[in-house]
Amino acid sequence: MVPAALAALLLLVPLVAMVASTSWTDLPGHLTSRVALDALRLSLVTSTIAIVFCLLLGLPLAWLLARVDFRGRGALRALVTVPLVLPPVVAGVALRSAFGRTGVIGEPLLDWTGFAFPFTTYGVVLAHVFVSMPFVVIAIEGALRSADPRYDEAAATLGATRWTTFRRVTVPLAMPGVIAGTVLGWARSLGELGATITFNGNYPGTTQTMPTLIYVARQSDQDAALSLSLVMLVVSIGVLAALRDHWLGTP
Amino acid sequence: MNATGTKKLVADLRVADRVHAAFTAEPGEVLAVIGPNGAGKSSLLHALAGLVDVDGSAVLGGIDMLRTPVRERRVGLVFQGQLLFPHLSALDNVAFGRRARGEGRQAAEAVARDWLERFGIAELAGRKPRELSGGQAQRVAIARALATDPDVLLLDEPFTGLDVSVQMALRLELGRHLRDFPGIALLVTHDAIDALTLSDRVLVLDDGRVAQVGPPAEVAAEPRTRHVARLVGLNLVPDGDDLIAFTPDAVTVSLHEPEGSSRLRWQGPIATVAPHGDAVRLMVHASPDLLADLTPAAAAELGLVPGKEVWLSAKATAVSRYGAREGAAPTGR
Repeated sequence: MVPAALAALLLLVPLVAMVASTSWTDLPGHLTSRVALDALRLSLVTSTIAIVFCLLLGLPLAWLLARVDFRGRGALRALVTVPLVLPPVVAGVALRSAFGRTGVIGEPLLDWTGFAFPFTTYGVVLAHVFVSMPFVVIAIEGALRSADPRYDEAAATLGATRWTTFRRVTVPLAMPGVIAGTVLGWARSLGELGATITFNGNYPGTTQTMPTLIYVARQSDQDAALSLSLVMLVVSIGVLAALRDHWLGTP
Repeated sequence: MNATGTKKLVADLRVADRVHAAFTAEPGEVLAVIGPNGAGKSSLLHALAGLVDVDGSAVLGGIDMLRTPVRERRVGLVFQGQLLFPHLSALDNVAFGRRARGEGRQAAEAVARDWLERFGIAELAGRKPRELSGGQAQRVAIARALATDPDVLLLDEPFTGLDVSVQMALRLELGRHLRDFPGIALLVTHDAIDALTLSDRVLVLDDGRVAQVGPPAEVAAEPRTRHVARLVGLNLVPDGDDLIAFTPDAVTVSLHEPEGSSRLRWQGPIATVAPHGDAVRLMVHASPDLLADLTPAAAAELGLVPGKEVWLSAKATAVSRYGAREGAAPTGR
């Protein structure tokens, strides 16, 4: 009992302490400051765009992993989980090596188009997609695996192409997983700090998201950091609540 | 493309080591496929529908179905357990095939509504499958398969898992739809009554091979497999190149070796004793297992209980004797 209680307290106390030490009188001012609003807007926009990309690219990948038997499937699945365990800072360094101005892809891209990812909002989105993709793919793959593949067969005998089957049968049946993956991925993206700051720096308005702002603010203005953190806590709890309803509901 | 229902099916197909079946079917014909579990009945249907790897050919109106992509085969498969799409309404389930083949929503739904009406469940159009009873769901499943106007309708044990009263109602209804259906229908069943009442011909699968094909009455009267004999309630005994079939009530039970010259006598312990209509039915572990019916009075007088050794005999005039192989001439009675 004691270790269990300790564990619960360990999780709970910091959150309560944070809420308790928030300066409520300064809160409105902190939250409506230009920097905070910019960072919040950027966080929401980049996370949302990132999750759209994660779905567009991750759904087919999840389907491939769940439904198609091919050589190297195990290796591909392992690869998908790498960003989960990779320290985010390392993810940022890796992204730099690939998409930086002198990176493997970044350099030719710069030569051809004059565009480079680092230190731009696009770079923020790219970093978010990289770290959030595993959540989306793993959640959807799990849902696809537990869905009865004979529904796909039924669709095929009724004349549906693979694409129609995927769109009208496979994905709707995997919807709880799609929603869970989307919410988890979006939340991961919203909280992203390491990869984003390493790859894109910390420019207000273009690359400064809520987590980077909190990180910076904490060094100068403890109260502001607390206020901003409270916003993130509220968002996190909101995500949890949303997910719970979907997990308990039926498709 | 020919109109629906004018095509003959000539099939000779092999599914792995499990099934090697050759058969033909005429347009408008209902072919019942019966056989014990594991005989390959479902595999045969799934092969025609394109859901399992298959060798050989299944030529329908000059075109080999097996060389046609699954979605281009004009085949309607009613799955065991229905497999209605759980997230779609009954109407959307039935309309699915036509929509998937590129028909507009309104046109597809009009056809679907028409099919639901024919099955007497138009008022259930908006329900999700989980809100349907077993019989209703099965009607939707059959309507879904028929709505695509298939050349071949494949029904995989359509009555399994339904209440007996629901089965009876649905059987009559399906019989009506099958009579109207211009294409070929293959009906997998393990119920003799389906084969006898719904089909024009019966195809008996045994261990993946076609053991017998014929009109239901003929197959029922002269079964060539023990499975079919059991389904129709006949005893079946091999005798050289012949088979001997006889009803359980043609069997005489005695405690001692019967006198006389009849070769039709067997000995063994009683396996089960159970009421059967007005009679008592014995199952006796002779070689092979045999059924015998006798009056309750006779059963009581003989003191028949499981485990007791008995003799069974049948009069030569009460049995039917025929060649064990298809086309083999009977060698007399």
